Parts: sequence; C-alpha cells; structure tokens
Amino acid sequence: MQNYNLEKRKYVLGGVAIVIVFVYIVRLFTLQLMSDDYKKNADSNAFFKRIQYPSRGVISDRNGELLVYNQPAYDIMVVMKEQIGVDTIALCQSLGITREVYERRMAEIKNIKRNPGYSPYTQQLFMNQLAVEEFSVFQEKLFRFPGFYIQKRSVRQYRHPYAAHVLGDVGEVSPGDIEEDEYYRRGDYIGKLGVERSYETSLRGEKGVEILLRDVHGRIKGHYQDGAFDRKPVPGKNLTLSLDIRLQALGERLLEGKIGSIVAIEPSTGEVLCMVSSPNYDPRIMVGRQRGKSHLELSRDPMKPLLNRAIMGQYPPGSTFKTSQALTFLQEGVITPTTPYACSGGFVYKGLKVGCHAHPAPLPLAPAIATSCNAYFCWGLYHMFGNRRKYPTVQDAMTRWKDHMVAMGFGYRLGIDLPGEKRGMIPNAAFYDKYYRGSWNGLTVISISIGQGEVNLTPLQIANLGATIANRGYYYVPHVVKEIQDAPLDTLYTCRHYTNVERQHYETVVEGMRKAVTGGTCRSANNPWYEVCGKTGTAQNRGKDHSVFMGFAPKDNPRIAVAVYVENGGYGAEYGVPIGALMMEQYINGKLSPASEERAALFQSRRITYGSYAR
Amino acid sequence: MRDKKEVSVFRSLDWFTVLIYMALLAFGWVSVCGASYDFNQDGDFLSLSTRSGMQLVWMGTSMGIGFLLLMLDDRHYDTLAYLIYLALLVLLAVTPLLARDIKGSYSWIKIGSYSLQPAEFAKFATALAVAKFMSVYGYNITRWRDFLFTLGIVLLPVGLIIRQHETGSALVYLSFFLMFYREGMPGSVLFAGISAVVYFVVGVRFEHDMLGDMPVSVGKFAVLFLIQLFLAGMVWVYCGRSRYLSGMVVCMGACTVLPLLFSLYVIPFDVTWVQLAGCVVMLGYLCYAALHERLMRYFYIALFGLGSLAFFFSVNIVMNRVLQSHQRDRIQVLLGLKDDPTGKGYNVIQAKIAIGSGGLEGKGFLNGTQTKLKYVPEQVTDFIFCTVGEEEGFLGAAAVLLLFLVLILRLIHLAERQPDMFGRVYGYCVMSVFLFHVFINVGMVLGLTPVIGIPLPFFSYGGSSLWGFTFLLFIFLRIDAARDTKRH
Repeated sequence: MQNYNLEKRKYVLGGVAIVIVFVYIVRLFTLQLMSDDYKKNADSNAFFKRIQYPSRGVISDRNGELLVYNQPAYDIMVVMKEQIGVDTIALCQSLGITREVYERRMAEIKNIKRNPGYSPYTQQLFMNQLAVEEFSVFQEKLFRFPGFYIQKRSVRQYRHPYAAHVLGDVGEVSPGDIEEDEYYRRGDYIGKLGVERSYETSLRGEKGVEILLRDVHGRIKGHYQDGAFDRKPVPGKNLTLSLDIRLQALGERLLEGKIGSIVAIEPSTGEVLCMVSSPNYDPRIMVGRQRGKSHLELSRDPMKPLLNRAIMGQYPPGSTFKTSQALTFLQEGVITPTTPYACSGGFVYKGLKVGCHAHPAPLPLAPAIATSCNAYFCWGLYHMFGNRRKYPTVQDAMTRWKDHMVAMGFGYRLGIDLPGEKRGMIPNAAFYDKYYRGSWNGLTVISISIGQGEVNLTPLQIANLGATIANRGYYYVPHVVKEIQDAPLDTLYTCRHYTNVERQHYETVVEGMRKAVTGGTCRSANNPWYEVCGKTGTAQNRGKDHSVFMGFAPKDNPRIAVAVYVENGGYGAEYGVPIGALMMEQYINGKLSPASEERAALFQSRRITYGSYAR
Repeated sequence: MRDKKEVSVFRSLDWFTVLIYMALLAFGWVSVCGASYDFNQDGDFLSLSTRSGMQLVWMGTSMGIGFLLLMLDDRHYDTLAYLIYLALLVLLAVTPLLARDIKGSYSWIKIGSYSLQPAEFAKFATALAVAKFMSVYGYNITRWRDFLFTLGIVLLPVGLIIRQHETGSALVYLSFFLMFYREGMPGSVLFAGISAVVYFVVGVRFEHDMLGDMPVSVGKFAVLFLIQLFLAGMVWVYCGRSRYLSGMVVCMGACTVLPLLFSLYVIPFDVTWVQLAGCVVMLGYLCYAALHERLMRYFYIALFGLGSLAFFFSVNIVMNRVLQSHQRDRIQVLLGLKDDPTGKGYNVIQAKIAIGSGGLEGKGFLNGTQTKLKYVPEQVTDFIFCTVGEEEGFLGAAAVLLLFLVLILRLIHLAERQPDMFGRVYGYCVMSVFLFHVFINVGMVLGLTPVIGIPLPFFSYGGSSLWGFTFLLFIFLRIDAARDTKRH
C-alpha cells in the first residue's frame, strides 16, 4: 500500500527530468534561433578582417609628365589589450615623440566619442604616415613593443610645386565622409580638394580584404575557408590631366606677387590647359602628417591661398563681356556689323553718363570692339531693351538677354570636374523687379552691357567665352581630366553646347577681336608667328581697376583660349594682355623666345600692393 | 551450464538502453573530434596523439568493461557491494597523498602515462553500498537511525572528495536525494532541501544587484518573495480549499506590490523590510489558523517559513559578517555565483556565443570557429556541449538532450521493474546521477546553473569519467538482466 503510493513518485521524478530538458531546449531555442547577436559576436571573435589597401591612381599631365605618385609610408597601430607593460620611454624615444604626446594619443584612442570604433582588442591607429627614415628606428625595436604593429600605407608625392588647386590633396576621412559612404573606415584616406576629391572613386580603387581566423590568443591561424571569401585590392585608376605642366608653371610664375587667375582652354575639346590661381601654395606641404598644420596655416592666411580663384572668384568681366553683347545684339537684330553708334566721350543720355576714352567716332562694330567703346554697347543694350515692338515689356527683353547669357555658359556652374565651382551672377528680370521695385528700364541696368554692375563671372567662364568665340558658337564643358585609365570620360565633357547665336555673327566678333590685336587695345599681344585675337577688360571695382584679358590663337583653327584676371592690375593692357600673350606663345610655340623670356621675368618680378580689405 | 547462462544474459539484456549508450558514445566522439580539432590538422582523428584518437581508446575499453560487467554473475554485485565501497573509500583517502596538483585539484593518480580519477568510480561503489544497505530486511527510511546511516554512507565519499578539492564531483552525491525521495523520504524534506539551495544561490548571487534605482537588493527581495510564495503554495497544496488561502495571497500582494509602487513613484526605500513584516504577519496568521482549525499542518507550514527566514538570514550573516571577503569570494567563485569575466564568467560568455552562433543547423562538422579556435576553455571536457551547439546547431543539441531524456526515462522504467529493492535503489541512483550531470553540465553551458565543473556523460573527453559512467550503467543493466531469475 505504501509502496504503491511511493511508486507514483516515479512520475514526479520523470516529470522533473522532462521539465529540465524542456527548459533547456527552450533556452537553446532562444540562444540559437531568436537572436543574431551571438553569431555576430562569434564572427567578431574569430574573424579578423585584414584590409588590404589598393595603391591610389597616379596623376600625369597631358604630355605624360608624372605629377602625383605614391610613396610608401607606415602607420603605427596599437592593440590596447596587448600593449600593457610596454616601456613607454623607449617607445617615445624611438618614435621621436614626447611622453605627453604619447599620453594624449593614448587618451584619444580610448575616447569613444572621438574614436567610435574603439575596441581594446583590435588595432587602433597610433601614429600615421611615418616616412621611411622615421620609421626604420622604430622597426628595429619593434620586438620590444608588444601590441604595436606596422601597417604599410602610402602617401602622395608631388613632382612639381605647381597646380596645387587642381591636383588637390588627400587627408584622413572625416566622420561625415564615413557616414556618407560606407566604403570608408576610420583612418582611411580620401581626396580632400581638387581632382583628388572629384575623381576620388576612380583614384582610390577598391580595398581588398583577407578574412583570417584568429584564435583566443589573437594568433592568426590561417585563411577562412582557404581564402574563398578574400578579395584582392583593385588598384586605383590613373588619371591623365589636360593640364600642360610647363604652361601651368609659367602661369604661376607670371602671377607671382599678384592676386588673380589664368585659365587656358583648348577650344576644340574643352580641355583646361592651365588653371592658375594666385596666391597659391606648394602642394608638397600637404603631405603626410604636416597636412593638418599646413592646412590650418593656409586657411588663416588673409590672402586666402586655398581659394581657387579660377572657379571660385566671381569678378566683373569688364570689357571682355562686350563680345557677348555684340553677339547678342547681332543675333537679336538690334545692330548689323555696319551699324555705327556715336561716342562723344561716352554714353550720354537723359542725364546718364557712362564714360569712354578718346577714340574716333562713330564706329561700326568691329572697330568698336577693337577700341572697346563703351558707348557702342550701351546704345546697343538701350535699343534692345527699348524695342517694344519685339519685346512687349522690358522684362521680356531682359529675359531674352539672360537666355543668351546662360546659353553662353554664364550665370550657372559650367560643371568643371573640380569641387567648389561658383556660378557667377547674371541678373534676370525678377532680380531687377525686386531690386528696383518694378520700376526700371534699359537705362537703369545699362552697365551690364559693359560687364559691370550686377554681372559677375568666374575666370573660367571668361576663358570659356574665349573658347566659344574661338569655336564660332559652341563650347565643351571645360574639364581638367583628359583621360581616366580604362574608363570613358563623363559624357558631360564630350558633347558640344551651342549658344543661341549664329556662326556668322561670331565671325564678325572674331574680326573685331583680331582688330583689337592688330590696331586696338591688345596691340602688345601681336606677334609674327600666328594670328592672335583678343579683348581687354578694365573692370571697375572698389579699389584700383582689375586688369582683364580674354583671347585665343591662332585665329583659324584655334589651339588655345585664355583668360587672365589680375586684381587691381589697372588697364587690361597693363597686365592682362602681356601675360595672356606669353601664355599663348608658350603653349603654341612650346617655348618662349628670348625676348619673351625677358618679359616673363619682368612680369614675374612685378608686384601689386594690396590693401588689407576683406577679399 | 555456462553457455546457457550467457544466452540468457543477452536475451534478457535491455538492448534499448545499450543502443542509447552507443548512440551517445558515437555522438560524443564526433563532438570530441570537433572540439579537439586543431586548426591545421589533416583530419587524422585516429592517431593516438590526438584527443579524438585517445577517446576512441577509452570508448573501446569502456565497451570491453561493459561486456565484462555483463559476463559477471549478478549476485557478485550484491555480495561484493561493501567490499567495493570500502576499497574505493581507501583509494579516495590515499589519492590526495599520491596526487599532484592539477589546477588546484588533488584527485588524479598517475599510472604510467595515464591518469585516473578515483572520484569517478566512487559513484557506482557508493550506489551499490547504499542499495545494499537499504535492501536489508526491515530497513525504513523514515526512521531517523536508518536514514542517518544511509546518509553517512553517502557523505563519507563526499568528505573524501572535498578533501581532494573536487567540489563539483562531491556535489553529484546530492542527487542521491532523488532516490531517497522515491524510496520514501518525505517530499517535504526534498522540497526543503531544494528551497535551501534556491535561497542560497539566488540570495548570494543577486545580493548586490539593485532593483531598478531603488535601494532594494534583488537577492533579498526575490528570496523573501519566494518564501511568501512557498507558504501560500503549501497552504494551497496541503490544506485543500482553505479559507485562509485568500488571506495569504492578499497579504503577499499587499506587502509586495504596494510598497514597490510607493518606492517607485513616491519615496524610494528598502521594500524588503515591508516584505519581512509581511512574512511575520503570514506566520502569525498560520499559527492562528493552526490553533483555530486544530490542524497541525498549518503549524508545520509556519515552521517551514520560520526555518526559511532563519536559514536565509543566517546565510546572510555568515557570508557578510563572519567570513572574510576572500573566503566569501572563494565560495562564490567555487559555486559559480560570482561573475568573473576572465575566469568562469568568461567561460559562460564564450559558451553562450559558441552555442548561439550555431543557428538551426549548425556550422557543420569541424566548421565551428569558436571551438576550433579555442575560444571556449575546457571545451573538450566540461564545456563540450558548446561544440554540439555550434557545429550541430539547435537540431543536434536538442537531439542530444532528448537522447539523454530518453535514457533517464528508460532508467526509471527499468528501476521500477526490478523485483527487489537492491536493484531499484541502484537503478534510481544511476538515473539520479545521470540527471544531475546533465542538469548541471548543460545548465552551466547555457548560463542557467552555477558553473560547477562536472563532465557531460559520454561526451566529455576523459577515460575516468567514461569508465565510471560505464560501470554505473552496465552494472545496472546486468542486475536488470537477471530480474526474471529472482522472481522465481
């Protein structure tokens, strides 16, 4: 009887066993099937992903001259968990740093806020981009510093001290870059300026990865699945720039001590032959660990050497703009090539006066361009904006005018393959309606006809105007990269953009620009080798006039269009014309004649004193 | 004559259990291969220089031992029980003198190039002795003298094993209480024992964890709540539809929920004082019920509650006042109650990662990165279940657990069909030992039970444990095979 009661206890014991196994299976279920965390944990335990960095593409100029290449450098990495007990004094000595630098760096690494990817078990960047000589001392003693590792990287090297603005530089990725593109990891390098930035995806190549198995002591045991999931790095693509480094060098020489810009374009392709912005800096100071310091210094310089004035400077184009006005007036039928306008020391009408220099008058179009007559173009604009039969309102006329300007590449970014391009300024009807509260007419805005007033262009846009005239009516979007290795150029740079003006009108303007060289404002650009066409500009501003030149050569089958802009350089003929002429000679003849060489040396030594007003 | 007997042994042998044994051995060997596999090893699992090769030797010898045990006359086990027990006691006693320090434990005797752990063999010897003692005519477990004697037989090897610093192996003997329960020990004793363990583990483990932002110790809170829950539960189970039950539940709720809400939203204070007061009120209420209803049960329940409180607070006082802090740490680490990320806590974390990364189907044989790269310490021995979880996944791990469950249920069935007490007691000992090993070993790998280093039967690498379990199981199978001869 008692036995029978006790026998029932087997169910209790069996039940206990069943409950235990059931609970454990539920536990297994939650551990193995409910959450991915353990799997990720296991992977980060066992897989050590060793990044293999590709070599960055090299950059050469249009003649194959190497400009930017790579040089090995060494990053020093540290694994916090393994470096305990390292002789810090010996370490600091071999790296040539002070104890304070060491402590600060260690604190930075451990600071999760500044170093979000921190883990005491993985390699963290301790010092970057040591040059070979700095590094060799350390390498000899490396065995004494457990937990410290060497990662081979490369730094950019520049063959020439020129073209810093175009070439740009590379630097460590910012947190913003990492957020934008998940390709990047902390400590990676990215193009910061110039083509290094705009062609970053071509230049950088593709990082490779080796998936290694790491045991509990951190020892590498081999490749995961014999490297089936490894990826080899794909080297970056080489770039061939359209720049001619000798032309660039001459341009930078000529602008020494001046603020300004030179842009030269090959009209038949839109390739930028040189892009000078002055003041500039030596790209070689932006390499490796000194980049941060150099960058800070440059950014604090009141002359703003970091600013690429060729695409970021927005200036009144002055009289160079008259060519675009002549084209517009011809196309709109306001004038014919033979239409004369009077000039008695300027444009005087209803109490408004726009001054002009002394020249014979009245003149038809071509000589008016050659002598740069202000009155001629003021009259032209006045007649265009006042033509109520063709344009019902002044706003319609303005819109028409603006459309012509935009078609010529003004008022919007041209789309050059460099970061930071500015759009310049072409006013439209709405702008003036707002500005003058609806009460304005051709006279109110007359100064836009001579490239003053609200009109602003970048030097690149002025050079592009030259290229468009040289092409008699079309342009290619200017670009500094001629070729990407194994890849076609963006179609943006290979299709023609036609303006709204017919070819015959361009011929008229070309005649005028030729006359300017043979017997007008650009006489000093004339030479016996080829026919130069040009147009000066003397842009008024708060200080001394800016000296501007826009031209191309030869007249037929032009090979180079150039724009020169020298801030506070005075008349266009003073700096603009001679500099432009030297640039054309250098490019077309491949060298300067001895006389020109002398002139170049003279211009190189000339200085303009600039006030300290904000620029 | 001899021939006839042999035939009868194999005819009446429980082949089902043998089959489970073989299956577990096979599964175990695969796991040892996976766990001991070194990264660049060329798949030679048979070489005696590898653990998988050695395990194969242990498995072969185990099967030989199993065969021999079946060949012996079943009556030998009965008659020789005390002798075997005494021999093992002597062996256990001399072991610490012969043994060298292996990770703080003095339990291994070196014989040639092999080591033997006598503690593993003491289990079957003790089980035999206990079975023999309890099967004596007139034995009554509810009689104090008999029970204390039995307890003495069990505690003797426990003491000797603790002297060898093998606490884990010593704790295995707690499982004998399951057998005592089956043999008539009052269920309340088992319940009280389990309660004491739970109070201790929960109270000590979570003593310094705070409940939210309140100054309330999670351990204290949980234990006091459990005491109240047990009191109410016992009233419900033992006193039928008692009219005092609702009062108990109301009191329990009132002294838990209300002060908790008050502490959470008004003024944070130590809720456990109110709980303690609640316990006292409940005890008084039970005494009142006992007097009013003239039912001693209420009184016993009150006594249980009082004992619980006394036990818990004396543990608290001993742990916090009497013991030095390093002694306290030692107890906590020994029982796996203390999180120690570089020590046992680390093991559990890595074990969970290894198992958790297995997924449904596992990573496949020899593809477990965590075990292969030695992230889990002791993975060939105590933490072998990790390898199963990682390489065979949920399906494999669950299958192993179910296989063990089938074995345990089968052992209960076999024990129940024994015609005499000797067989049944021994059978329940075997079943209890297996259950305890699986419960603790798998539980610790899964992070559910304290980390107590005992092997998983048939899986963990090692000759001693495999031989020990084989002795345990096959002696029972031999006894079981002779059940029909005893009936007549």
